[in-house]
Amino acid sequence: MFDFTTVTQWIDNLLTSAMPTWAATLIECVLVALAVITLYAVFAIILIYMERKICAFFQCRLGPMRVGKWGSIQVVSDVLKMLTKEIIDMKNVDRLLHKMAPFLVIVASMLTFSCLPWNKGAGIIDFNVGIFFFLAAGSLGVVGILLAGWSSNNKYALIGAMRSGAQIISYEVSIGLTMLTMIILTGTMSFSEICQQQADYGWNIFRGHIPAVMAFIVYLIAGNAECNRGPFDMPEAESELTAGYHVEYSGMHFGFYYLAEYLNLFICAGMASTIFLGGWAPLHIYGLEAFNNIMDYIPGVVWMVGKTFFVVFLLMWIRWTFPRLRIDQLLSLEWKYLMPISLVILVMMALCVSLGLTL
Amino acid sequence: MSTNNYFSGLFGGIKSLTTGLGVTIKEFFTPKITEQYPENRKELKMFDRFRGRLVMPHNDQNEHKCIGCGLCQMACPNGSITVTSETYEAEDGKKKKRLAKYEYDLGCCMFCELCVTACPSKAIEFSTEFENAVFDRSKLVIQLNRPGSKVAEKKPVAKPATAAPTASATNNNPKTPAAV
Amino acid sequence: MTLDNIKTLEPAKLRTEMESLKKAGFDYLVNLVGMDWGEEGGLGVVYELENTETHATTWLKTSTADRENPMLPTVSDIWQIANIYEREVFDFYGIKFVDHPDMRRIFLREDWVGYPMRKDDKPEEQNPLNMTNEPLADTTTQYILNPDGTISTKQNTIFTEDEYVVNIGPQHPSTHGVLHFRVSLDGEIIKKIDPVLGYIHRGVEKLNESYTYPQTLALTDRLDYLGAMQSRHALCMCIEKAMGIEVSERVQVVRTILDELQRIDSHILFFSCLCQDMGATTAFLYGFRDREKILDIFEETCGGRLIINYNTIGGLMADIHPNFQKRVKEFIPYMRKNIKEYHAIFTGNVIFQNRSKGVGILSKEQCISLGCTGGTGRASGWANDVRKNHPYAAYDKVEFNQVLRTEGDSFARYMIRLDEILESLNIIEQLIDNIPEGNYKEKTKPIIKVPEGTYYQAVEASRGEFGVFLESHGDKSPYRLHYRSTGLPLVAAMDTACKGFKIADLVTIGGTLDYVVPDVDR
Repeated sequence: MFDFTTVTQWIDNLLTSAMPTWAATLIECVLVALAVITLYAVFAIILIYMERKICAFFQCRLGPMRVGKWGSIQVVSDVLKMLTKEIIDMKNVDRLLHKMAPFLVIVASMLTFSCLPWNKGAGIIDFNVGIFFFLAAGSLGVVGILLAGWSSNNKYALIGAMRSGAQIISYEVSIGLTMLTMIILTGTMSFSEICQQQADYGWNIFRGHIPAVMAFIVYLIAGNAECNRGPFDMPEAESELTAGYHVEYSGMHFGFYYLAEYLNLFICAGMASTIFLGGWAPLHIYGLEAFNNIMDYIPGVVWMVGKTFFVVFLLMWIRWTFPRLRIDQLLSLEWKYLMPISLVILVMMALCVSLGLTL
Repeated sequence: MSTNNYFSGLFGGIKSLTTGLGVTIKEFFTPKITEQYPENRKELKMFDRFRGRLVMPHNDQNEHKCIGCGLCQMACPNGSITVTSETYEAEDGKKKKRLAKYEYDLGCCMFCELCVTACPSKAIEFSTEFENAVFDRSKLVIQLNRPGSKVAEKKPVAKPATAAPTASATNNNPKTPAAV
Repeated sequence: MTLDNIKTLEPAKLRTEMESLKKAGFDYLVNLVGMDWGEEGGLGVVYELENTETHATTWLKTSTADRENPMLPTVSDIWQIANIYEREVFDFYGIKFVDHPDMRRIFLREDWVGYPMRKDDKPEEQNPLNMTNEPLADTTTQYILNPDGTISTKQNTIFTEDEYVVNIGPQHPSTHGVLHFRVSLDGEIIKKIDPVLGYIHRGVEKLNESYTYPQTLALTDRLDYLGAMQSRHALCMCIEKAMGIEVSERVQVVRTILDELQRIDSHILFFSCLCQDMGATTAFLYGFRDREKILDIFEETCGGRLIINYNTIGGLMADIHPNFQKRVKEFIPYMRKNIKEYHAIFTGNVIFQNRSKGVGILSKEQCISLGCTGGTGRASGWANDVRKNHPYAAYDKVEFNQVLRTEGDSFARYMIRLDEILESLNIIEQLIDNIPEGNYKEKTKPIIKVPEGTYYQAVEASRGEFGVFLESHGDKSPYRLHYRSTGLPLVAAMDTACKGFKIADLVTIGGTLDYVVPDVDR
């Protein structure tokens, strides 16, 4: 398996040999930041195109077809349009908070995006309590949404923000519990170690068998709700609240919410593939050495991105099938079904691990 | 009992959701129904009764059948038709009326077909052309009779109001598209 | 139906007579039509009552000679729907209903001058184009009859200062058009809804008074655009009966088939829009995919898709297209198959079931009092199908069930409509191979004049009873042509149905009540 640390080490050595350590670190930080932003934008464009096409196919349509072959550069032109649109200054809004809110959302999204381990040795943020950091950074997003709703001075936006607050805070419980389940299985909170373990001993979803599969499903539902995507898109339910918390935003400020929504989807899927589906770890079947060797030739980043897009497809499939929940159903789903179930899963997993029933 | 309800609700719910997922994934692979307009402009054919816009068919001698009686104008609920007729002296010295200008405001038209039904000489009809968009509202006012056109000669029959579509020699030609 | 014997009542005796009729079983106020009979006849109101058990109808009228300050007693406490009908009459004729709790204009702007449906009113002169926003008052006037016979006024409050009022509409995705609800909220719970109508009021009834009879036909398609065929059918039938024209069997059967196709079309759109409102965008497009087939059938035979323009006085605009029968026969099994898909993707879905069951319940009594006909009434157990109760066209020759449910909630209203699609398919199946030969149009005179009299014809339109009330004075234009709107009672029912439910339920309830705004506003 190719280890990406060789590349980073090489760059690091190159820079430290030419300049003092602080300058080298600074340049490395800038390089990493540029890489994150570029990746962020590229994935956003891919995801939006993918969503539009997949949604169209579910709906017996073709989706965008005009701009480029099969509408392939439709999203690029949409982004250009969005960039050139005027950011309208609203009267009677809380200026500072109104301007700050989209940035909070996008910063939270980028921080969590940086947690994803792309390849062996290619995790950007990676330390021993990585999962804690991921949960903490992810929670920041809801602050941006609440601020947007509050500062817009709009009744629809306020209702949307309140819904969103209730929803995200509730579903974080399930996300936390399911992640805890997997931490019991792996015994570590560092993303690189979680992936390394899965490369050595097999994917967590197979190792943890029944509780892990259940945790995976619960995580997908809760994660979908965290991203405010259908069927949990109440905060922006267009048929009730027109656009919810971002109804008063225009131009790229709206664009930030839009990007963050799609990237949160990707992050949610990426985290699912990291924790449950092995991250960059290739698929190994015990006893089939030849098959395993072939699998090892596929680079880790392909595995990671491939698995993530598979999970993204699952989430899109769900989104484009179900009607939207109502706010009380949403909360009862979490507090009556998902949370008790994830507690049961936690106990099951603890029992499995302590009795040595894992594979 | 309530525990039973809890679990039957849970599993019933999951079952209903998977049924829905089954439907969508099946549709995912079925042929799509999108019509690729305007790429399919060549094959796209409207039904022949479709009411796209009002036209006045002219034959290849640049003759139409409008006698300028103005019944269509009276039938129109919106006043989208203006028929201007002029008097002229016929060869036999009698003063006669004929059509000077037939103006049709597409923007006002509500495609009720009352004008076509009212027409005693079947001079106007609806064409299946549907690409009616223009950049300027004034372009929606269309003159239907072509420049230099004249009414088709009929065998001398009685008053115009009763002039049913008696087959005259010039009428047998297939309809030609109207002037726009 | 010719109305020869409309009973005239003195305004003073109106209420006692109405109350005794209500007790005698005439519990459904079908029509409340404002009238201006000129100087000698005065301003008045025509009422139609129906007995929901025997389906007998009775017509009454009352009038006042006072044109300056016309006052008539209200019946809004006897029938809930009279509340909104009387506001309509006040809006157009200026008749003030004594003891009506809410005498505001309903369709026109609150600062409108004059009463446009009065024959001597000149709306254009009194109302120059207004460039300011419409004021929306939070208070309303009630006229009270004092014991000594004098009239005093009282101000009623609609919304108090400290209520959290959210405007749903006029530009809102789930009001299905330019409809405006002022919704008072307590958190997510709805406390009160005040519908503000008239954003697309086009004055169709006023226009009709200056149109010739064939011209009035062109406007019926533009009322309820999902019941275009049926509305036009009603008007044609009304004029034909008034003039004594007998249309051929062929026309009757073709009209019936097309009415049912239109009903299927409307119900598919209902399904689609409900899915869209509830966030299931995919099911929305499945509905549209299937509706396209019906629109193609319409387009091939009638030349129009939405504005169909097919019925005409004395028959049809053209004979059915040679492909018509083939296409319809292909459509029946196709639709039966796809209804199953609708049920699989949406009806069974646990999210939808939880959101619709027990939501927005209207009891049978409420439905009758509110005049909520069609699927809405039948979901509450009110057998109100005009096709059964007062058969017309070929409906007495076919066998079909009147789908009834008793729950009265949103889910029942939804299921009624999907089941009615199947019933309509049954009707079409019985008729499509048995279209008799005959004229597709009876000969009519070039200028159509309806003999003097008052006429009424009701049909079962896609979303309830659509009625045409025609008063002719023997001219080539109607003296008064009133349409019983199918949607207005449904909008009026929103307040009753939504109270105590959540704001997300407003979307569900509005979707399942299935109103169409051009029909509400006319």
